[in-house]
Amino acid sequence: MSADPDCVAAIRFTAVHKWYGSFHVLRNVNLTVGRGERIVVCGPSGSGKSTLIRCINRLEEHQRGSIVVDGVELTGDIKRIDEVRREVGMVFQSFNLFPHLTVLENCTLAPIWVRKMPRREADELAMRLLTRVKIPDQAYKYPGQLSGGQQQRVAIARALCMTPKIMLFDEPTSALDPEMVKEVLDTMTALAQDGMTMIVVTHEMGFARQVADRVVFMDLGEIVEINAPQPFFDNPRHERTKLFLSQILH
Amino acid sequence: MEFVAYVREASEPEDLPPPLSSGTLLWARANLFSSLGSSLTTVVLVALAAYLLPQLVAWATSHAVWTASDGAACRAHQDGACWAFVAAKWDYLRFGSYPLSERWRVDIVEAIGAVLIVWLLWTNAPRRALGALLFFVVYPIVALVLLHGSSSLGLPIVDTLLWGGIFVSLLTAVVGIVFSLPLGVLLALGRRSPLPVVSLASVLFIEFVRGVPFITILFMANNMLPLFVPETWTPDRLLRPLIGIVMFSAAYMAEEVRGGLQSLGKGQFEGAMALGLNYPRMMAFVILPQALTFVIPGIVNNFVGLFMDTTLVSVVGMTDFLEAMNNAIKDPVWSGPTIMVTGYVFAAIFYFSFCYGMGRYSAHVERILAKGRK
Repeated sequence: MSADPDCVAAIRFTAVHKWYGSFHVLRNVNLTVGRGERIVVCGPSGSGKSTLIRCINRLEEHQRGSIVVDGVELTGDIKRIDEVRREVGMVFQSFNLFPHLTVLENCTLAPIWVRKMPRREADELAMRLLTRVKIPDQAYKYPGQLSGGQQQRVAIARALCMTPKIMLFDEPTSALDPEMVKEVLDTMTALAQDGMTMIVVTHEMGFARQVADRVVFMDLGEIVEINAPQPFFDNPRHERTKLFLSQILH
Repeated sequence: MEFVAYVREASEPEDLPPPLSSGTLLWARANLFSSLGSSLTTVVLVALAAYLLPQLVAWATSHAVWTASDGAACRAHQDGACWAFVAAKWDYLRFGSYPLSERWRVDIVEAIGAVLIVWLLWTNAPRRALGALLFFVVYPIVALVLLHGSSSLGLPIVDTLLWGGIFVSLLTAVVGIVFSLPLGVLLALGRRSPLPVVSLASVLFIEFVRGVPFITILFMANNMLPLFVPETWTPDRLLRPLIGIVMFSAAYMAEEVRGGLQSLGKGQFEGAMALGLNYPRMMAFVILPQALTFVIPGIVNNFVGLFMDTTLVSVVGMTDFLEAMNNAIKDPVWSGPTIMVTGYVFAAIFYFSFCYGMGRYSAHVERILAKGRK
């Protein structure tokens, strides 16, 4: 199924359209993400940026066009969807940790049942990744006992435990108290430096400037502008981009 | 500049310690005598209890007839319970018409069942997986062979016509509980399925069974099931009402479980899917453990209802405990004015103790599960 990894892009959207009922939420989206590339997606709320990245692991289905992830085209075929989801990690705005499992169990559940990893090996992997996000001492607590920032770092570790090729972040800091935003962004920056392919929907323009290879600006379901961070912020080409940037960069 | 300091030379008078916030007297004042109205209510109710309770206790103990060989002694002591009647009928109440010489088989089945159920319900028990395997796989086979008999093992066959009493009540309740929960979970999942055929079938089943009285289900299971299968496969007359009770209880269980599924946010489903867990694993490890925990009170409510409903199987000719009691009460040897009251009070105590136990156990489990999450 997956072709030669060197010549195939990590993700390729070709003329993708999506409707919620009669609401046209994605309009003719074309985007190619290379391996190891860090993309930040921004735009006003309701612009379709969350929908865009949720299409990548088929939490939302597109109705027209094609999406190819790691050489696998997403269709209704459940086998292909599972194949893509195994290789694509996702971090949500609201964490979505499993409250009835400990932090460690949250991290080992998928490696054990999806990757068929022996429990001991999965435990070691999880502890290594929890150490990487700097909370190994919370491994035996339940998510409800942690702060928001800690929960989000657990969510990142949980996604990493599947050793994904691509990581999706859907507004990972939007539900956090301001003092916890930094610890999560630092974790994500470290991940980017390790060469992970990342697509991040965020309002954190400082992160975009520092980490992104390209910034994608969306409005009304369309990709309005794609550019490297420096020209994107300093010389936006499009009026809508200028308006958006003037609203969020005070 | 002159420095002026104000220094207090004497200590403030010490405050009294705060009034006690606990203690029997304080509790009584706060809860029983907080106002004139509640004081009056307390006094009246205590007086009523003081008048009635001793009579009740005397009826059940000192005035009761504990040993007698027939009803004569009970007829002579009409102010007390006739426990001698229960004692004399105890074997019949436990076994119904099960042959005297074979009743040890029922004893063994009950003893093994009790041990296994305690093993399963004891939340800290060692090797509960083994207990579950024994209870759900090995035990049913052993119980069937022992209760029904097997000519190859030299155990005489005992027709289910002869089964009766407490062991039939417990058998019905355990079979109902063990099968209705998983079936209810499947129906609840089926009802939410995106596949139209599955969801329609689940909805039809649930709405049909819920829309019909239990007695009707029992009659249908008893009289219609044999029409649907070839004559040689006709289900046993004990099995038919069991199927009826499982179907009936499963429909209610399904709606209970569906409530639990709906209380879970979309995020839990998405979190599981994004990790690559397929549908069965997502349900087994993420969704159902949470959904079922939310609805433990409702599930236990259904179990209690099911236990009470087992008394209805007598309408299709099964002799459960209550029916056995009805039969025993009609015995002319023991006829007397106190027999019926004694019999039904005893039956009430029997049913109450099981249902109260279920309620306490579910409260215990809820506390344990709540401790983990906070």
